Amino acid sequence: MAVTATTPTADDIMLDASGMPLKQALAIAERNKRRKALIMALPLLAFILVSFIFPIIQMLFRSIDNPAIHDNIPNLSREIQDWDERAIPDEALFAILADDLRAAGKLKNQGKVATRLNYDITGSRSMITQTARKLKKKTEGPYKDWFIGLNEKWGEMRTWVALKKASQKYTASFYLNSIDMRYSETGKIVAQPEERQIYLTLFWRTFYISIAITLICVFLAYPISFLMATLPVRTSNMLMILVLLPFWTSLLVRTTSWIVLLQTQGTLNDLMVYFGFIDDENRIQMIYNMTGTIVAMSHILLPFMVLPLYSVMKTIPPSYMRAARSLGANQAYAFYKIYLPLTIPGVAAGSILVFILSVGYYITPALVGGRTGQLISNFIAFHMQKSLNWGLAAALGGVLLAAILLIYLAYNRIIGIDKMKMG
Amino acid sequence: MSGIPPYAGALERTWYYGFRVFCGLVFLFLILPILVIIPLSFNSEPYFTFTQGMLSLDPEAFSLRWYRDIIDNDQWLHSMKNSFIIGFFATIVATVLGTMAALGLSRPFMPYRNIIMMLLISPMIVPIIISAAAMFFFYSKVNLTGTYLGIILSHAVLGTPFVVITVTATLSSFDQSLIRAAASLGSAPTRTFFTVTLPLILPGVISGALFAFITSFDEVVMVLFLASFEQRTIPRQMWSGLREQISPTILAVATLLVFLSICLLTVLELLRRRSERLRGLSPQ
Repeated sequence: MAVTATTPTADDIMLDASGMPLKQALAIAERNKRRKALIMALPLLAFILVSFIFPIIQMLFRSIDNPAIHDNIPNLSREIQDWDERAIPDEALFAILADDLRAAGKLKNQGKVATRLNYDITGSRSMITQTARKLKKKTEGPYKDWFIGLNEKWGEMRTWVALKKASQKYTASFYLNSIDMRYSETGKIVAQPEERQIYLTLFWRTFYISIAITLICVFLAYPISFLMATLPVRTSNMLMILVLLPFWTSLLVRTTSWIVLLQTQGTLNDLMVYFGFIDDENRIQMIYNMTGTIVAMSHILLPFMVLPLYSVMKTIPPSYMRAARSLGANQAYAFYKIYLPLTIPGVAAGSILVFILSVGYYITPALVGGRTGQLISNFIAFHMQKSLNWGLAAALGGVLLAAILLIYLAYNRIIGIDKMKMG
Repeated sequence: MSGIPPYAGALERTWYYGFRVFCGLVFLFLILPILVIIPLSFNSEPYFTFTQGMLSLDPEAFSLRWYRDIIDNDQWLHSMKNSFIIGFFATIVATVLGTMAALGLSRPFMPYRNIIMMLLISPMIVPIIISAAAMFFFYSKVNLTGTYLGIILSHAVLGTPFVVITVTATLSSFDQSLIRAAASLGSAPTRTFFTVTLPLILPGVISGALFAFITSFDEVVMVLFLASFEQRTIPRQMWSGLREQISPTILAVATLLVFLSICLLTVLELLRRRSERLRGLSPQ
């Protein structure tokens, strides 16, 4: 950038060495610099977008995508949308269904249709597979009475209403399911029956366990961060090792330790029996339940609270507190008026971090949570691996992700994501 | 603030010692669970508790049988090898890409800095189960499930935020005028990077790399979703150990892992001291 000492007049545009107006040259130079900076970040950005962001969007798409019936019995799926839901469909629709099911049976796709319909109407799996099997022999109509004779469910309104809803290309039913709602037999949105309402309870449990863990972490981290921030550097570095060693130790190792300590035949129970606090027969169940999840997760997440708190407290000059005391405040008042407000950014940073991490926690609850300590992630894993209801897994994931993104945005607004530090 | 001022009253004294005791208990809470497994891993009985013999320091009660178990077991050895291979390559990918991105992000002319930063950090924020499920679908489509490459790439994704964060933090205290000085002395940008920038930010890069390595080394959910039996890692092996046949061999492995983390921690501490020393010498 050429710098001239003369002040330009109105008709005297500054030119650079090659005769280009200076303003333009500067703009080009800045654009080049921007492009260079962007190019350096581009490989990682591309990598993250392709192998992380895009797969997540694709997975979330599964929560509304509904291809099982729409793609495998396409003609019926199209025609049934015009059905008025007043009476059992006429022979024409039954004939289309028969042709579609026969075609699906040839490609061995009737199972997918059956499984999908079974989400909405329990017991309809066998109805579909049985009908598809029998259809191989029956090549001509009339079909309506034959269908109903084969399985009386074909003569029920709710089967057809469910089929109409389930055959749409996109569906909200997974999301409804994830908040304990469903489409009723008449196609209205209603609450799930009592015994199937599990997810709202689960979201609520995940929320309050995470809040509890966050509070425990603040309660434990605040004093030791304060101690480390006020001790001489050499001592506080030694103490810092006690925080960093757990931080760097494998999660599985720490979970194992808690199993060793807390199980009924474990060290803690042994100690309590030895000192006579409890009888040998009445050992306390402290793991494989919610207690286990909370204790183990608080231990695992505690360093995430200590590190931001410590880095904030270290910047507070001790003279502030001394000044407050010299002006007549007692220790408690000076702390409440001076020290506490200054540490709020650290508390906020640590709390949001701990809360975000614990809301999405999977490994520790899965290993030590038993039945009552399972969080939402564990149910996502269950639907991914065991029940294979991927749409519901994606919907639960979508709700969880939306919640976390909101907190993440708040974090970015309050603290700034580039202020995040490790170790 | 160390020590109590002479004018402190009885209440203040009690508070002072009570506070210290409380802090001591918190430190015990942090460290004791990790230390407790070390003696237990030398138990000669197949239990997870201290036996009478161990408490009376009877040498008969201690043995190395669980360590021998690891060496005799092909699965453990195989999974150790896997963990190191996968961790190594994931670290390389994450460190190279993450450092480059951090260099770009700390330039004063970086456009859309905030949104790009948010995208790059997101693998750390998104719950691991969602990432793993998403990658499972994606990788099955491109035939990367059950391959080493798939696991390495997925672990690299998880490791990059740590590299980006640590290197960006290091670069924030890096004197950008050094680059201009090098340029004015006729150095090409690549040469400037390798002879000026890199040596100065190396502690940050290495600690970022260590974070990426430990992220991969400790990761189990991706492995659960993406790996076949062939790519089992140590955490995966511990996972099934804890869920299926629980044996003290796990404690022996855990003890080895604790020593590994002590080594990593030492390296990090040395790096921190080095960078503090360098910063003390710099004119700022």
